[in-house]
Amino acid sequence: MADTYEMTFNVGSRDFSSAGDASRTIKRTLKQLGVDSSIIRRIAIASYEAEMNIAIHSLGGKIDLLIDGDRIFVETEDYGPGIENVDLAMTEGWSTAGHEIREMGFGAGMGLPNMKKCADEFYIESEVPTGTKIKMIFNI
Amino acid sequence: MILKDLASLEGLKLLNEDIDLNKEIESVYIGDLLSWVMAHAGKGSAWITVQTHMNIIAVAVLLEMSCIILPENIKAEENTLARASEEGIAVFTTPLDAYKIACEFKERL
Ligand SMILES: Nc1ncnc2c1ncn2[C@@H]1O[C@H](COP(=O)(O)OP(=O)(O)OP(=O)(O)O)[C@@H](O)[C@H]1O
Ligand SMILES: [Mg+2]
Repeated sequence: MADTYEMTFNVGSRDFSSAGDASRTIKRTLKQLGVDSSIIRRIAIASYEAEMNIAIHSLGGKIDLLIDGDRIFVETEDYGPGIENVDLAMTEGWSTAGHEIREMGFGAGMGLPNMKKCADEFYIESEVPTGTKIKMIFNI
Repeated sequence: MILKDLASLEGLKLLNEDIDLNKEIESVYIGDLLSWVMAHAGKGSAWITVQTHMNIIAVAVLLEMSCIILPENIKAEENTLARASEEGIAVFTTPLDAYKIACEFKERL
């Protein structure tokens, strides 16, 4: 496998027609690189949840995929509005998703807990109104 | 069983084109909350859901599901079906409700 590999994806706010594309490309790339399929599955789930959160809850942002030796990093950053209470946001079932979003099947309040479960290391940092940064590390 | 074997399910209709019907169905998962499904549905599952917007295709692709089945004659949006064909995900609809579809699978899986 190549020693280092980096890709960046922009994620638009409320752009539901391309939402999920970044995660799909990440999954495809890791498959091509021969990463173990159970690790790919965890990364696909975590990056999908991160991508949807940027699309649904933020003003837009980006996702970085970085493969460095035996670790894969998925890092996200968005342009606001940030999360008031991160501990609350990390709680299973807690969501601020509105009616329209819930009708589409989002808003179970499971996205952030899913990410944390899937990643070997999970870090979240958020500031109102600047934005939210998430760093997830997966050991290959 | 494979997708082709679904043909005998009551009133079942394949809604999109260019689908390989030899794909294996390994299990069934029923759910409409996407992040719940994301956390719990297995690879190769036939996913029964009432959601019809494009994002169900992303979920199905990421989890490597075998197909999506819309119960109670629900129809998917055109752009959902187009995306499904691009990604090789079969989308079916049937007059049966989720419970009855699951019962049918119980006989076959
Ligand atoms: N990037 C973000 N920017 C601003 N707020 C966010 C962001 N990500 C999450 N949140 C807040 O944290 C809450 C919980 O997020 P989480 O992903 O766990 O659940 P959800 O997105 O509401 O529902 P689900 O992911 O189950 O569809 C959200 O409802 C939202 O208020
Ligand atoms: Mg979420």
